Amino acid sequence: MIHLAGPHIVAAFLVGLGVMGVTVRRNAVLLLIGVELILSGSLILLVASGAASTSRWEASSILPLFVITIAAAEVVVALAIILTAFRHRGSIDLDEPLPADDSSDGRGAM
Amino acid sequence: MTSLDLAFAACGALAVVAGLLAVSTRQVVHAALWLVVALLGVAGCLLVLGHELVALVLVLVYVGAIVVLVLFALMLTRAPIGPDLVHAVPAWRRVLAGLAGAATTALLLAALLPLADGAVQRREISNKAVATELFGTWVWPFEALSVLLLAALIAALAVSRGAGAGVDTSSDRLLARLGHVDPAEGRSDVSQTGKKSKDGSGEEAR
Repeated sequence: MIHLAGPHIVAAFLVGLGVMGVTVRRNAVLLLIGVELILSGSLILLVASGAASTSRWEASSILPLFVITIAAAEVVVALAIILTAFRHRGSIDLDEPLPADDSSDGRGAM
Repeated sequence: MTSLDLAFAACGALAVVAGLLAVSTRQVVHAALWLVVALLGVAGCLLVLGHELVALVLVLVYVGAIVVLVLFALMLTRAPIGPDLVHAVPAWRRVLAGLAGAATTALLLAALLPLADGAVQRREISNKAVATELFGTWVWPFEALSVLLLAALIAALAVSRGAGAGVDTSSDRLLARLGHVDPAEGRSDVSQTGKKSKDGSGEEAR
């Protein structure tokens, strides 16, 4: 027997912490840590929905696997963009305004 | 309060505390390492909920691949060893971010807690059933995911080295900072060895 309030509380806290991390960070790489926390909160929620009742087509186990895979792809592309921006601008500060003559990349201020 | 509840509470507390440290610490490498602890806590939660396959994949993919990628990106963007003073945020912004996070948590708690109707019997999920469904019902989304991974791999390669023009040589500046070579010498040296090397347009940035 397990009480379902636990997974819901943990998921809510993880998503809240992720939102806090996304909004507080100026370092673009550390922004991704907040995104990962939000995604892990959604994972707990998905899995908890399947632990309680029968899920059709075992979706509660397979959709988290898909979420993990998509998160991996997202992180790879995001880090490539961040590294390219760092090479162009010498900085990964999200607050830094774009220089006036810069047409090379599109990462603006947050 | 059963033993499962206690185990879940321990793993969930570990995940939440480590997540709080990951988003609030000033040391960038510590943030990535606290993310590892938070993800291990999440994997423990999934294990308690009976989905051991998802928990193992989470540890393998997130801790084994994503966090290592983040650490590499931190190194390549020259993150400081100590506290990150360049990207320090003012106190009011920390407070506002904390308020945004607290508001999101409160909203989700208000929405989710009424859905948790008492204790339920934990369902055992066999890996055989998961595999049968994954390669039966879900086979086309599964194949689409492999195409997505391939596209992400190619896109990351294209983005990180395809732009070509205007790329400054951060390796030159790194070598110059280490004191081995002069930046001008290093640039000619690198271009001789055939690595892509253009004019250091961002030399003055730091």
